Amino acid sequence: MKKKLVIIGAGMASGRALEHLLSVDPQSWDVTLFNAEPRGNYNRIMLSPVLSGEKTYAEIVTHDDNWYARRNITCRFGESVVRIDRHNKVVHSSKGSAPYDKLLIATGSAPFIIPVAGKDLQGVVTYRDMDDTQAMIDASARSGGKAVVIGGGLLGLEAAAGLRLRGMEVTVIHLMGHLMERQLDPAAGYLLQKDLEARGLRVHCKGATKAILGKDRAEAVLLEDGTVYDADLVCIAVGIRPETRLATDAALDVGRGITVNDQMLTSDPDILAVGECVEHDGQLFGLVAPLYDQARVVANTLTGQEAAFRPVQTATRLKVTGVDLFSAGDFADGPEREDIVFRDPARGVYKRLVIENDRLIGAVMYGDTVDGSWFSGLIRDGTDIAPMRDTLIFGPAYQGETGTDPLAAVAALPSDAEICGCNGICKGAIVTAIEGGDTTLARIRATTTASASCGTCAGLVEQILACTLGDAFQLPAAQPICGCTDLTHEDTRRLIKARILTSMPAVMQELGWKTSCGCHICRPALNFYLLADWPLDYTDDPQSRFVNERNHANIQKDGTYSVVPRMWGGMTNPRELRAIADAADKYAIPAVKVTGGQRIDLLGVRKEDLPNVWADLNAAGLVSGHAYSKGLRTVKTCVGTDFCRFGTQDSTGLGIRLEKRLWGSWTPHKVKLAVSGCPRNCAEATCKDIGIVCVDSGFEIGVGGAAGMDLKEVERLAKVATEAEAIDLTVAFFQLYREHAKYLDRPYKWLAKVGLDWVRAQVVDDPENRAALIERFDLSQSLYQRDPWADRATPKAQAEFAPMADLTQEAAE
Amino acid sequence: MNWLDIGALDDIPRRGARVVKTAHGCVAIFRTGDDRVFAIDDRCPHKGGPLSEGIVHGHMVTCPLHNRVFALETGLAQGADAGAVTTYPARIEGGRILLDARRLLRGRAA
Ligand code: SRM
Ligand SMILES: Cc1cc2nc3c(=O)[nH]c(=O)nc-3n(C[C@H](O)[C@H](O)[C@H](O)COP(=O)(O)OP(=O)(O)OC[C@H]3O[C@@H](n4cnc5c(N)ncnc54)[C@H](O)[C@@H]3O)c2cc1C
Ligand code: SF4
Ligand code: FES
Repeated sequence: MKKKLVIIGAGMASGRALEHLLSVDPQSWDVTLFNAEPRGNYNRIMLSPVLSGEKTYAEIVTHDDNWYARRNITCRFGESVVRIDRHNKVVHSSKGSAPYDKLLIATGSAPFIIPVAGKDLQGVVTYRDMDDTQAMIDASARSGGKAVVIGGGLLGLEAAAGLRLRGMEVTVIHLMGHLMERQLDPAAGYLLQKDLEARGLRVHCKGATKAILGKDRAEAVLLEDGTVYDADLVCIAVGIRPETRLATDAALDVGRGITVNDQMLTSDPDILAVGECVEHDGQLFGLVAPLYDQARVVANTLTGQEAAFRPVQTATRLKVTGVDLFSAGDFADGPEREDIVFRDPARGVYKRLVIENDRLIGAVMYGDTVDGSWFSGLIRDGTDIAPMRDTLIFGPAYQGETGTDPLAAVAALPSDAEICGCNGICKGAIVTAIEGGDTTLARIRATTTASASCGTCAGLVEQILACTLGDAFQLPAAQPICGCTDLTHEDTRRLIKARILTSMPAVMQELGWKTSCGCHICRPALNFYLLADWPLDYTDDPQSRFVNERNHANIQKDGTYSVVPRMWGGMTNPRELRAIADAADKYAIPAVKVTGGQRIDLLGVRKEDLPNVWADLNAAGLVSGHAYSKGLRTVKTCVGTDFCRFGTQDSTGLGIRLEKRLWGSWTPHKVKLAVSGCPRNCAEATCKDIGIVCVDSGFEIGVGGAAGMDLKEVERLAKVATEAEAIDLTVAFFQLYREHAKYLDRPYKWLAKVGLDWVRAQVVDDPENRAALIERFDLSQSLYQRDPWADRATPKAQAEFAPMADLTQEAAE
Repeated sequence: MNWLDIGALDDIPRRGARVVKTAHGCVAIFRTGDDRVFAIDDRCPHKGGPLSEGIVHGHMVTCPLHNRVFALETGLAQGADAGAVTTYPARIEGGRILLDARRLLRGRAA
């Protein structure tokens, strides 16, 4: 029986929680998702680019209909929940009800509306969701329109800048003495105001709104000081308050937000809450970073895993194109506090660091914010900054004796300096790895994980290599994928994961592809990376595949194709052989050959016959052998204990079971397996990508063999006692290769880069990681293990494989 | 001109191609990512590769056999490679693809 999970609110927090939950446990939950808005999840923080016209709504949707459908989530969008009946464990909405075993409240916040006359007039909007954004876009469509934005905080300024870009005349009214006073000090606030004014906005600080004037719709805004600003549109963006009404009515503990503990449980153990609607340890949240942490905890709590939410400092940036500001930590003045300030008026740059007891506790920057993350790190870690105090404000490049030489600066970093922020790897660990023989970026990444997440520290790691190895090291020239990009395969793969890029346009846009739609080199690689990394979200693109994979057959030199059905572990039977013979006769196939992979090849098939040949073979139970794919090819076996006098284990059976588990999956390059029943090795297992040799005491698993352009014997991954373990290790290795290798690297090439030790640590020594790899593989297989021939043995596909028109019979007039 | 309706635009996937059989060999009809159509001979001048099976990028196609790249508009090989394929006028009207078949019908030399 699946457990019923009801979620109220399809916002950013619950969206993330669902992703985590269903990726760790896709099977146990029956999810019903209510949302007051008539749509599913989108990236709310990107509303401002939509408002300004830099993005469209479609581009900011994070979960589309498909996403929900594939996970069987019952979507009840446009349906507000009005009551929670905790006694009967049912929620009631405007249109019906839904019972729950677990309930997740994720109702976000509601905009605060100032209680002035005229606030209900037509033309007065808030800024929270897509409807608000659309209303503002519509209002700006009338030419010569005037807008007043009440509130000079993050939201108000983004709204104002967007409306200005849409061509409206915009005035911002702000109650306090300077803009964004919660994030900026007066000096930075001043620079910001100057910048915005230069962009044609009017800013009125210390302005208290008295009333919104107008008969049927808003016409003007009146301030306490008597100033009147004309307005066709008034946007109120003065703050938000947690949306707690349902929780209050249901008598849950509610403070300013819905009270939750470290596990994100409310005062009712079957009800969790997440997002801006919660209060944790007296604190409210208004930025997504902590909500994402909460979402992870929610998923863990629901799946019975230990996890605790610990809020961390988050930094603020304003998303107004061309305005560069950054603020983190606490920057109020105080008796024990000292400032370091840097100004460059000509460039409009201002930086201020707030220091208490030799620790950095706050940073505000305007105009030049590249060092923002470094300062955030110092604040978060409470680093003692006394030794670098003199040059601190110039950023990490200036730490060390010699100032501008970056290598000297890196050499001067203490060994506990954090290099890779994502994975918390410090310089000392990297130097130790280098001294232990990891002398390439790839090896360091593999052994220490430094630069393995967002990749921004890769340059630093290379500099550490350079100064540790001295002249022995030459900075490698990074080899880009192709002329469409400067990025390497490795960087691209990492960025696809780190920045959650789930479509080809997203990759090309976000990573700055230089061509409109890639080329024949990068597109097949990207298509593979995307489907391997996001099996649920990405839709395979046949037009980005080489002809063989698009047509599910090998093209021959004369434009005909070959057809190779699977023969599981090399076993066949009279029925299959008869079907193959019949097809060869019926379609006049010129050649039938036994391949080097223990199966039969029909060569010289015409393209338009392919779907018909497949349909006939399908009818006899034969499926595609993927002899054309970067995917699982063959699993060769020997006769093993069934017939052979030397056989030690059921090598044929194990081969068949492996082939049944792995077929249909896509891999960076082709993968071939073999299982031999004893060390005489009749299946040639020791030169396969994965080869298993059975012995009396168990199974020897070798990986990274080759017998093509290079000849290589496998290296021993592990020896295990049972067949189940042999299958587990094989599947985990297979998935690790899928997740990490560069497109068109066979396993042996990839192994040479990452090292067998690293692979062993992932697959053999770490059972949890092994299980996770297997789980991710099986999840992907749940979608991809389909016979492509069966999918195409249809009249529609048959028509698509034929010419679209035949003019041979038409005569010229 | 002799415009012949050879099918619907949607019969061809974006960044894909289909062929039209003619008395003078197959002609490949390409649909690019920006929904333009181009018609060229479906035979690579190198070793006869079926260009309709190549990967389409921008207004170019890469031959599936040995990766020569051709501009769809001009039929010219790109980069260091020499050679060209014949192109034919094609256009879209009301979602239908029209091909100028003057040089393709029986009874005329190519
Ligand atoms: C059909 C078959 C030869 C045969 O008649 O026996 C064959 C045929 C082709 N091989 Fe192979 N290989 C075949 C077994 C092998 C083997 C032997 C084996 O699998 O035990 C090897 C050496 C083992 C290995 O893979 O390391 C082999 C190493 C290659 C290579 C070199 C790979 C490498 O990394 O070095 C290529 C080129 C490539 O994949 O890039 C290749 C590529 C090809 C292609 C796909 C070339 C192409 O792109 O057109 C050939 C397709 C021919 C066609 O017209 O269909 N074939 N090829 C065999 C099919 C096996 C099967 O049932 O799926
Ligand atoms: C314009 C804008 C720009 C922003 N920019 C940034 C930024 O740059 N960086 C940053 O970190 N954060 C930013 N934020 C804040 C960020 O968007 C929020 O912190 C985040 O969306 C909160 O997530 P949530 O899931 O808690 O709530 P929401 O995303 O608001 O989702 C709550 C959902 O619940 C629904 N709901 C409410 N009540 C009910 C009910 N009774 N029944 C059914 N459904 C209900 C609502 O309709 C809503 O869709 C921005 C916000 C806005 C509006
Ligand atoms: S590998 Fe060993 S068991 Fe298998 S066929 Fe050869 S000799 Fe027999
Ligand atoms: S046949 Fe086209 S490149 Fe060789």
